[in-house]
Amino acid sequence: MVSAERLADLFVEVADTLVDEFDLIDFLHNLADHAVSVSGASSAGLLLADQDSTLHFMAASTEGAKYLELFQLQHSEGPCLDCYRTQVPVITTDLSRESGRWPDFAPRAIEAGVRSVHAFPMRLRDRVIGALNVFGDEPMPLGPSDVKVVQAMADVATIAILQERAISSAEVLTEQLQGALNSRIVIEQAKGVISRDHSVSVDAAFAVLRAHARNTHVRLVDLALDVVNGRASVPRS
Amino acid sequence: MSAPYDDTDTDAAARYAKARAQIAGEESGGLDGVVGILHRLCRSLTANLDITGAAVILMSAGESDGVAAASDERSRALGELPFAMGEGPCHDAYIARRPVLTPDLREVPGGRWPGYASAALSSGVHAIFAFPLHVGAASFGVLDAYAERPGSLSIEQEAMALTFAQIATEILLDGDLTTPDGKLDPGLSTALDGRAEIHQAQGMVVVDLGIPPAQALARMRAYAFASGTPLIELARKIIDGLTLSDDDDLNLE
Repeated sequence: MVSAERLADLFVEVADTLVDEFDLIDFLHNLADHAVSVSGASSAGLLLADQDSTLHFMAASTEGAKYLELFQLQHSEGPCLDCYRTQVPVITTDLSRESGRWPDFAPRAIEAGVRSVHAFPMRLRDRVIGALNVFGDEPMPLGPSDVKVVQAMADVATIAILQERAISSAEVLTEQLQGALNSRIVIEQAKGVISRDHSVSVDAAFAVLRAHARNTHVRLVDLALDVVNGRASVPRS
Repeated sequence: MSAPYDDTDTDAAARYAKARAQIAGEESGGLDGVVGILHRLCRSLTANLDITGAAVILMSAGESDGVAAASDERSRALGELPFAMGEGPCHDAYIARRPVLTPDLREVPGGRWPGYASAALSSGVHAIFAFPLHVGAASFGVLDAYAERPGSLSIEQEAMALTFAQIATEILLDGDLTTPDGKLDPGLSTALDGRAEIHQAQGMVVVDLGIPPAQALARMRAYAFASGTPLIELARKIIDGLTLSDDDDLNLE
């Protein structure tokens, strides 16, 4: 086990997504490395689910771990997948006894030198966004306090990931709302301006606006903005 | 999307689970998609806090963009009110990025939103609690809770309302807000479109009075408020040919 002080540092690092240039892949690679040092395992890998709950490989501390994660995905079988489905840690101290449970994965992992594997859900409340796997090259019992520490680290990382995703999707949402709204408003206003200027109905005003935008190869919303601000006028049809 | 609650806080987790379950159990009022879920959220919050109603107001650039969902028609009208008035607790909550709690509209600190307060009071509502919907630096709306009876929320009610605001934020962020071709969800689009006539009339007032659009809207709001005409009705009259004259707002019946 690591010292309490080192652990505290790790937690701060794992939680820190509010840096200027947050990079999710970098962050997840660091997480995999930290999971190795905290648990005393030989390697770690992690999968994250997309919006349709399809798992994707995201990061691993070694090429071997990456291969084992991809193998689980290809064969739809393994501790990471079970953990994601059941939402609880899957603790497997001795992989050689699990060929009944994972007939494809267990022999392949043993062949790659893995003897133990533990999987931790990345979860926040009732929501699981992926799973973190740690692989040991010898049968590796994980005590209850070790399980707690790795799980806590996975939880903190989950919060950080969700927070980062939330901030970026909130920005997208705000932009979408703002954009959708601005163009609608200005087009309606331009209809009003033309309607009064030309003494025509609002519908006729729109037809005039659209025809002029098309004829002059200007975006409708740009023309509308110029009309409303008095920078352009639209000829009578 | 979930913001970080302390998972060791079992009260918060229980409150969250309870709110989620109640929202899932509400009727969607025949509405699809994000708007349907937000409608259930408003109804569920209303039942939960034992209040009169609730509305989710979308906002951008300090202006109210439209009511995405409301528990009932009166709450929808109350949600539209800040736009008609150009002021209200949702503006303050959005800008200050914190809840704005007004237990009695007859005693608003600093006499803020006089037009809004009197209009809300005349619709029978005495207390309004506005909770911002935001993540990081991005803000996109406000959850308004309305109560006929004056009085503060209890600590537990306030915690519950904050949980609902959090869920409303998650719904907006997680929902499929855009169609595959990049257009906004039709329900949200309708919410944002509700004011076409007001904006058309605004363009007409720009021409009639030779003033910039922002001033034209301010003039319409003043006229509507002083004459007791809903803004949307005034807009329809303007479209039908009514001209606001320069001294309209000095010279009201």
